[in-house]
Amino acid sequence: MRIDVKKTYKLFINGQFPRSESGRVYEVKDSKGKFLANPAQGSRKDLRECVVAARGAFSGWSGATAFNRGQILYRVAEIMEGRSEQFVAELVAQEGISASAAKLQVAKAIDTWVWYAGWTDKISSISGATNPVAGPYYNFTIPEALGVVAVFADGKPSLLNMVAGLAPVIASGNTAILIASEKYPLSAITLAEALATSDLPAGVVNILTGKAGELVSWVGAHMDIDGVDASGLGKKQLTELKVAGAENLKRIHSFNEINSPLRITSFMESKTVWHPIGV
Amino acid sequence: MNERQVSKFEYAPAPESTSIVNIKSEYGLFINGKFIAPKAGKRFVTINPATEEVLSKVAYADLADVNLAVNAARSAFTKTWSKMPPAERGKYLFRIARILQERAREFAVLETLDNGKPIRESRDTDIPLAAAHFFYHAGWADKLSHAGMGANPKPIGVVGQIIPWNFPLLMLAWKIAPALATGNTVVLKPAETTPLTALLFAEVCQQAGLPAGVVNIITGDGVTGSHLVNHPGIDKIAFTGSTGVGKAIARAIADTNKSATLELGGKAANIVFEDAAIDEAVEGIVNGIFFNQGHVCCAGSRLLVQENVQDEVIEKLKRRMSLIRIGNPLDKNTDLGAINSAAQLARIREISDSGDLEGAERWSPECELPKAGFWYPPTIFTGVSQSHRIARDEIFGPVLSVLTFRTPQEAIEKANNTPYGLSAGVWSDKGSRILWTAQRLRAGVIWTNTFNKFDATSPFGGYKESGWGREGGRHGLAGYLKAGN
Repeated sequence: MRIDVKKTYKLFINGQFPRSESGRVYEVKDSKGKFLANPAQGSRKDLRECVVAARGAFSGWSGATAFNRGQILYRVAEIMEGRSEQFVAELVAQEGISASAAKLQVAKAIDTWVWYAGWTDKISSISGATNPVAGPYYNFTIPEALGVVAVFADGKPSLLNMVAGLAPVIASGNTAILIASEKYPLSAITLAEALATSDLPAGVVNILTGKAGELVSWVGAHMDIDGVDASGLGKKQLTELKVAGAENLKRIHSFNEINSPLRITSFMESKTVWHPIGV
Repeated sequence: MNERQVSKFEYAPAPESTSIVNIKSEYGLFINGKFIAPKAGKRFVTINPATEEVLSKVAYADLADVNLAVNAARSAFTKTWSKMPPAERGKYLFRIARILQERAREFAVLETLDNGKPIRESRDTDIPLAAAHFFYHAGWADKLSHAGMGANPKPIGVVGQIIPWNFPLLMLAWKIAPALATGNTVVLKPAETTPLTALLFAEVCQQAGLPAGVVNIITGDGVTGSHLVNHPGIDKIAFTGSTGVGKAIARAIADTNKSATLELGGKAANIVFEDAAIDEAVEGIVNGIFFNQGHVCCAGSRLLVQENVQDEVIEKLKRRMSLIRIGNPLDKNTDLGAINSAAQLARIREISDSGDLEGAERWSPECELPKAGFWYPPTIFTGVSQSHRIARDEIFGPVLSVLTFRTPQEAIEKANNTPYGLSAGVWSDKGSRILWTAQRLRAGVIWTNTFNKFDATSPFGGYKESGWGREGGRHGLAGYLKAGN
C-alpha cells in the first residue's frame, strides 16, 4: 500500500507560497469532522505583505493592455480545466457535496473566468462616455482601475464565490488580496497554484487563509487598500469594516449575482478629461 | 518686476442693482410644499459677507423639524412621486429649469449678496449651470432604462442632501435635479451661511406646481445635518463638503443600509510643462485658484511648473495678479469677491501663515481691501516643498502654492502625492504628453489646457479621499438608482 503525499496548504503572496510569518495554522475538517489539513492562519503582517505586493504589481497590471489581461484571465480558465479533478476532490471533501455537484461548481467557476476574460476590453466601451458639453471642448469619461482591492469570499459554493470575487476585480487592472472562506479554504490555495502558472504577474493576486473575524478590522484600517468586496462578510463584520474603512473612504460593496458588470465597475473610478477644440 | 509698470485701469463703479430681489425679514422651513415656522421657534441670521450687514433671519431646524421634513418626503415618495409616469416627472424638472432661467438675475443678485462671490460669476456661471442641470436631468426621467443600471432601475427613496456654501444654488441643482429625475424625494439642507437661494428655490418649486413634499428645504447648522444623516427614514445621503465630515458620515451610516454620494475636498495639481502656451497657462492658473475666491473643492491650488520656465511663469503670473480687481461683489467688474465668512477667513489666514513659518515666500499684489466684510488678497507662495502644510491642506481660499519639477515623471509623482484626487490641470502643446499625463493623474476630472470647466453632461467627482461617486452626466444617475432588470 502506498502512502499519499499530502499537500501543505500555504499562503500565496507576491507569486510565492510562504507560511504565515506568525507560524500559526488552524485545523480544517471535512463535512464529517475528519481532519483535512492545517492551512496557514494569516496574520496582520501577512496582510501587510500582501498589500505591498499588490501595490507593487498595480502599475504594471493596470498598465497592461486590456487584450493582454483578457488572455491571462482566459489562461487561468485553461489551467483550472486541466486541474479539474483536484478541485472536484477538494470540494467534495470540504463542502460535503456530491462529485457531480462539485463538477458542476468547478465548471461554473471556470466559465466565470472565461466570462470576465471577455469583459477586459469591453468594460470601457460600456461604462465610459463622451459628454456633449455646451462649449468648444472635447470631453470624455473613462473608467480606470481603483487600485488594491481586498475580497472576502463567501462560503458555499466556495470555489465559485472566490472566482466571482477575484475575476472581475483583476479584469479591470486592480490587484487583489483574496481572503479565503474560513471554513472552506483549500480550493483557494489550489486556485493560487493555477494562478501562479497562468502568466499572471506576481502580486496581482495574493491569497490569505485564516480567520475573517480578525482580518476584517486590519483590512478595514489599512490605508493602502482602496476597495473591498465584502460579499463574504456577515452584518456585524461588515459594519466593523465600514467604520474602519471610512478613514480612507474605501469603496466597499457586496454582490449577489455571479455574472455582473457591476462587479467590475464598482471597483473602477471614472476619470473625465476636458480639452479645448480650436485651431 | 516693477509693479508700477502695470497700468491700473480705473473703472467707474458698475454695481448691479439689488432692487430685483425681495429678501424677507425672516424665513420658515419649506416642508410639504409650505413655509412653516420651526417648532422650537429658533432662528439665526444670515449676513452679507462683503458688508457684514444682516440680510435675514432663517429658521433653525432641530430634530422635530427634521422628522416633519423626512415624513413629508416619505409620504410624497410613496404616494405621488414614485407612482407618477416618468415623462410627467420630467416635465416638472423642465418647468423648474425654465423658471430658474426666467428669474436668473434675481437668483444671481441674491447669491452674490448671501455668498460674497462676484456678480459676474453668479450671473454667468452659477445660475446658468444650475438651470442647465435641471434641463439636462429632466430629459433623463423617462430614459432611465438606458442609464446603464439595468432595464428596470428603481429610485432609492428619500434622500438627505447636505450642501456647502461655495456654490449654493449650483450645488442644490447638482443634488436635487438627479434625485428628482430618478424618482427620489429629498430633504435638503443648505449651508448655514448661504441659505437664501435655496429658500428662493422653494418658491420656484411652488411656482412649478411640484407636488408637496417632493422637495423639502430645512435650514440649520451641522447639528441639523447630523439629525438628517442619522434619521432612520433616510435611505441615502448626498453630501458635498469637507473630507473630515464626509468620513464622519461614512462612519455614521456604517451599520445602516444607507448609501452615500460624497463630494469632498481636493488639492489639485495644475501642471505647466515647458512647452505650454505660457500666457494661456497663466490665465488658467489665475482661473484655477482665484475663481470664486478659491472656495472651490477642485481649485488648482498646487501649481507644478517645469523648472526651466518657472521664472517666466511666475513673472507673468504676478503681473496678471496685479490686474485682479478685488472689492464689491455686486460690481460687474469685480474679479475677486468676499471670503464667505469670518470662520473661513480665519482658516485661510491660519494655514497661509503656516506657509510663512515653514519658510515659503509669500507674494500678493498691492491692493486695498474694503474695511467691512471678510477679505483676503490673491496670494502666491513660492519655494514651497511637498511637506509644507500649504502644499498638503486644502486652504479653500485665494492662495496658490508653487512647486517645481524637472521631468514629467516627477510631475506625476508630486501631483499624485496627496490623499485627495478630485481634479488636476495639464498645460502643454503636445497631444501625446497631455494624454500621457492625464492617464497617470489619479483624479476624477482632468482639465487639459483649460481649468474649472463644468457641465451638466460631464461627470464630476473624485478618486481616493475626495469622495464616493460622480455627479452629472450618465454616471451621476447611478448614485440615485438601484439596479434592476
